[in-house]
Amino acid sequence: MIEPISINIEDLNIPSLLPMMVAIVGALLILCIDLATKNLHKSLYVMLTILVLLIDLGTVMGYGGTTRGFFDVMFIDGISILAQVIIIVASGLFVLLALSAQRFHEYKYPEFFALFLFMVAGFQFMVSSDNLILIFVGLETASLALYVLIAMHNRDRSTEAAIKYFTMGAVAASFFAFGSMVFYALTGSVELGQISSHLVATNFENYPLILLGVVFILGALSFKLSLVPFHTWAPDVYDGASAALAGYISVVPKIAAFVVALRFFEIFVSVNNQWIELILYIIIVLTMTIPNMAALLQKDVKRMLAYSSISHAGFVMAAILVGTTQATEGLFLYWILFAFTNLGAFGMLWMHRNKQKDGYSSDHRFEKFSGLVKSSPVGAALMGLFLLSLAGIPPFSVFWGKMFLIGATINAGYIILAVIMVLNSAIAAYYYIKLIVYMYLKEPETDTSSLSMANSSSSVKTLIGITAFMTLASVLFIDPLLDIISTYVQISGY
Amino acid sequence: MDHILSILIFFPAVAAVIGFLVDKGAIRTYAITVTAIEFILSCYLWINFENTTVTMQFTEFIPLISQYGISYNLGIDGISLFLVLMTTFMTMISVIGMSEKRDLKHLLLTVLFLEMTMVGVFLALDAIVFYVFWELSLIPMLYIIGAWGGQKRVYAAVKFFIYTFTGSLIMLVAMLYLGYVYFQSTGNWSFNLLDWNMLQLPIDMQLWLFVAFFIGFAVKVPMVPFHTWLPYAHGQAPTIGSVILAAILLKMGTYGFVRYSLPLFPDASVTLMIPIAILAIIAIIYTAMIAYAQEDIKQVIAYSSISHMGVIILGIFALNVEGIGGALFLMISHGIVSGGLFILVGVLYDRRHTKMMNQFGGIAKVMPMYATVFGIMLMASIGLPLTIGFVGEFLALLGFFAVSPLLTGLAGTTIILGAVYMLVLYKKTFFGPLTNPLNEKLKDLNGRELTALIPLVCLVIYLGVHPKPILQPVDNSVKQLVQVMYLKAIDPKSKETIANANSIKEIK
Repeated sequence: MIEPISINIEDLNIPSLLPMMVAIVGALLILCIDLATKNLHKSLYVMLTILVLLIDLGTVMGYGGTTRGFFDVMFIDGISILAQVIIIVASGLFVLLALSAQRFHEYKYPEFFALFLFMVAGFQFMVSSDNLILIFVGLETASLALYVLIAMHNRDRSTEAAIKYFTMGAVAASFFAFGSMVFYALTGSVELGQISSHLVATNFENYPLILLGVVFILGALSFKLSLVPFHTWAPDVYDGASAALAGYISVVPKIAAFVVALRFFEIFVSVNNQWIELILYIIIVLTMTIPNMAALLQKDVKRMLAYSSISHAGFVMAAILVGTTQATEGLFLYWILFAFTNLGAFGMLWMHRNKQKDGYSSDHRFEKFSGLVKSSPVGAALMGLFLLSLAGIPPFSVFWGKMFLIGATINAGYIILAVIMVLNSAIAAYYYIKLIVYMYLKEPETDTSSLSMANSSSSVKTLIGITAFMTLASVLFIDPLLDIISTYVQISGY
Repeated sequence: MDHILSILIFFPAVAAVIGFLVDKGAIRTYAITVTAIEFILSCYLWINFENTTVTMQFTEFIPLISQYGISYNLGIDGISLFLVLMTTFMTMISVIGMSEKRDLKHLLLTVLFLEMTMVGVFLALDAIVFYVFWELSLIPMLYIIGAWGGQKRVYAAVKFFIYTFTGSLIMLVAMLYLGYVYFQSTGNWSFNLLDWNMLQLPIDMQLWLFVAFFIGFAVKVPMVPFHTWLPYAHGQAPTIGSVILAAILLKMGTYGFVRYSLPLFPDASVTLMIPIAILAIIAIIYTAMIAYAQEDIKQVIAYSSISHMGVIILGIFALNVEGIGGALFLMISHGIVSGGLFILVGVLYDRRHTKMMNQFGGIAKVMPMYATVFGIMLMASIGLPLTIGFVGEFLALLGFFAVSPLLTGLAGTTIILGAVYMLVLYKKTFFGPLTNPLNEKLKDLNGRELTALIPLVCLVIYLGVHPKPILQPVDNSVKQLVQVMYLKAIDPKSKETIANANSIKEIK
């Protein structure tokens, strides 16, 4: 006979669920509005989404309860709050890109925004738990919503991308479930904290089985983080998704997956488990290098940026391998700066999107950007700024993240890894410079001046202005930003 | 003026931003005025500079990233003072002498941004701030070469960028490592060069760090075998790009050696003294021979630059007061002379749109003033006594003589080889019969070109006869530098080598 569960409502710590509830209720609200009145302009839904995200942000920042909540499955520590803030802010920036000049299919449906909010809630669950089951649920909620969002762009490529992403994602999900099962079999728990203490207490008995579990979980997370060799979906999906969504995919799902990876690999890195560190080391080096090489060969800017963001993810994975507090701070610093820059870069592509056929085989051929400085100097200057920042040229934002992360790698004694990291930065500089060369140093091929910037509107311009400001003036707020990050990271003990 | 150094750095940048609003027709006057004000500001700095003080002057300090010990920290001493003066002076001259017509506004504003980064490199005392300016200087140069260059400009620009960027990233790793070492030994984070100068590092660590810094600096100088980007960059760059590249950007590398490598890694400097000297001598002889084989006047001067940079490196790694002081003087003189020569080649190119020697011959008859100015610059480049080129070259070689008379003998061929390729160039271009009818109507130097060139000629002769105004402040700071090296060296052998290198008078 099962004992009746008696639990005090106070112990449930409902406020820990509040941020996600806000997002979910907001999504339902949007669906209800759609039921009542049809064919409302997209700006209404965009602004509603922004409001919901603002409330969400407020509840996250104002959270003052204990770290544990809701049958101990919720785990709201410093890095959870930090990651949630990044997720919400980046989501807000992304939604504003919907206010572009041209009308696109997906924004006609309010479901787009509802799904979007469900996805945000999913990511928030992912980062605020150390229970493998809840992480799994969060991951799947977010991923399923994301597949649909990609498909809603309503072109052949988009459907293809969504199906590809879905198929691969389903495999990854099964990997995750299988990995969790192995750990449950080994330790009798699905909570990372207990798994950790059990493994340490038994001195990593059954090592082959542990490795098997790690490999499965690593496979699942690698898929989400697009680490080599699980990265093959990424360029096609970025290609199929709209530029704005591609920018989003390169930032937000990854920070969520980074947090999970951080919590999971902490178990092994903190005790210097050699095999697992070796596997991570190899994956990191491959993830930095191979997509970098591939990016050199791309003829489409969006695919190039896709490969480059895979490489950036590999770069940041190094922080998880290094595992010191400074490295974890570096991870968040890097990703915050990268989020702004990368959203800016994809936002610039989004502005150049137009629905007419322009004679190029894909939407964002390099040739389309040739001589851009003549037709729209400000656009070219901003794009150049984002590219230089991504290449890690000081004093633009990503440089500081790179520097901090490389510094952390060196301080932990991984000198060779640091050298590989900087050499990859040098390779990466080539393909970023290539686009700058097209924009600044080549003559326009055809008269594309009427077509470029076709999708820009004042709100999108403002948004890109904000990201450009963050990229340009980063040196001024690195210090306070680091203070905040280190407070949050240190209270959660990573 | 309390923040004179910050003003010096950011005045051109602010002027460049404001300059976007200036009309195209007036932009040249605007740029000349801005660079002239910048030069006057740097003269003000010179007047207020105290020659007797050996420590950093006019220092400024603002913490940037306090957690990680990065601060905006500026200062100037005898080593950097004249490089800053040369930077502001040569930028002004190159803007005055410029004849470019296409997209003049973009070009001039880019030059102003470039001036900011160059001055910043010479004034920064924090390694990361130094690195920021160092990297930032690549972008304006990339644009200048890539947008206003010759046929293969994009290739040349990208090659220049990738080479230097890769080299300096390796230097960044070394800088971050050094910051960490400082943290380990003192418990505080700092990237301040003056703090770092107090560190005594174990010899094997010094060697690795020295090599990492060396890669960053050697690409910039450029030293053989990292020099292949330079002929392309010079060959394709517009005149103003070549002038700034040769006169100022290359000096950033040699300045780096003096400012970072020597005081931070004295033992490694002593250990690697001879290998680096050999590289420098290969550069001197090999590139001089290549220069002789060139058909293109600009390429001759480009290769002669590499050759002269070899002499500068040799002087620096003499590790004595004469050698380093001479190398610093040679940096200034090479800046003035090679800048002047590139302007002169530009003058010819503007008129005939070719730089090939076989297109010319006998043009001394139609362009007498041009031939005279070219002749004076050429003599200074060879190192004729009583010109500016002689003083530095002589002192650098004299310095290295204390280390190794044999190697100095080999390096001394620079004067002979330099005379060979330069005089051959002069003979082919200016003397002989005027065969090509196109050359008969060449116009002599006009007012604008004379305005740019006359100050250079005056400096070449004045400082050649009377180098003391530069040598004395340089000497004081270099003595301090050598003292620091001597005190910091761990290995008694290195101490002995430094002491021996500096006691040239007693040996006699």
